[in-house]
Amino acid sequence: MDHKRRDTLKAGGGLGIFGLLVAAGLIKPELAEAAWNKSAFEAKNLESALAALGAGKPGDSAEVQLNTPDIAENGAVVPVGVVSKLPNTEQIAILIEKNPNLLAAKFEIPAGTAAEVQTRVKMGQTSDIYAVVKADGKFYVTKKEVKVTLGGCGG
Amino acid sequence: MANPMRIRAAVKDGFTEVRVLMSHVMETGQRKDSSGALVPAHFITELTAKHNDKVVLLAQFGPSVSTNPYLSFKFQGGAKGDKIVVSWVDNKGDSRSDEALIA
Repeated sequence: MDHKRRDTLKAGGGLGIFGLLVAAGLIKPELAEAAWNKSAFEAKNLESALAALGAGKPGDSAEVQLNTPDIAENGAVVPVGVVSKLPNTEQIAILIEKNPNLLAAKFEIPAGTAAEVQTRVKMGQTSDIYAVVKADGKFYVTKKEVKVTLGGCGG
Repeated sequence: MANPMRIRAAVKDGFTEVRVLMSHVMETGQRKDSSGALVPAHFITELTAKHNDKVVLLAQFGPSVSTNPYLSFKFQGGAKGDKIVVSWVDNKGDSRSDEALIA
C-alpha cells in the first residue's frame, strides 16, 4: 500500500518537473504543444475564441457530428460527444456560446486515435454548442442548441 | 493530492475504448460562497493519455468542464493487459497520474 503511494507521488512529482521545463521552454516534445492555450480559453466571444484556436472562419460540415441532448435538465452535467468523419482529424474543440468562457475543452487526436470523444460540460443557460474540428489543416464546425432548464453555475 | 481516477479500458473491434472518470472540483471562478466571496478557479488544464509509451490523446480543459470530469475516447490497436496511463495537471499545479490495464 505504502509502496504504491510512494510510486504515485514520484510519478506526480516527475510530471511537475516536466511541466516546469515545458513552461521554461527548455523542452519542446509533443507534450509542449499541448501547453494550455490561455488566450483561447479566456476568449469571451465566438470570434476571438475561434481566432485563438487559429480557426478563423471554419466551414460548416455535415461530417462533424455533435451528440448532445436537446434538453439538459441539469446544466452542471451536460454530456457532449463529438464524432468527426473527416479524414486526418487532428483536433476537436468544444465551445459553448453563452458560457462566460466559450472554450470548454480541446483535444489533440494523434494518428491511430479515433476522432471521437465524449465528455461532460457545464452550461449556465440555453446556448448553442459548437464542435470545431481541424482536419488536414482546415477547420470545420457544426453547432447544436441545447436547452437548459436548470443552470449549472448557480451553485 | 486528489483522489484516484477511475480508468476503464476494453478492446472492441480493433479499437480500445478508454473511459476515465477524474475526481476534481473543477471550480469555475464564477461562483460565490455563502459569504459572497468569489470561489477561486481551480480546474484541470491538461490531460495526457498514453498506451504503453505512446500518446493516444492530449486534452486541454477549461473551467466549463463538469465537476469530476468524464472522458471517453478510442484508439486503434491495444491488447488485453496493455497499460493505459492517464495524467492531468490543474491550474494550481496539482497533478495526478493513474494507470489501468486493458481488460
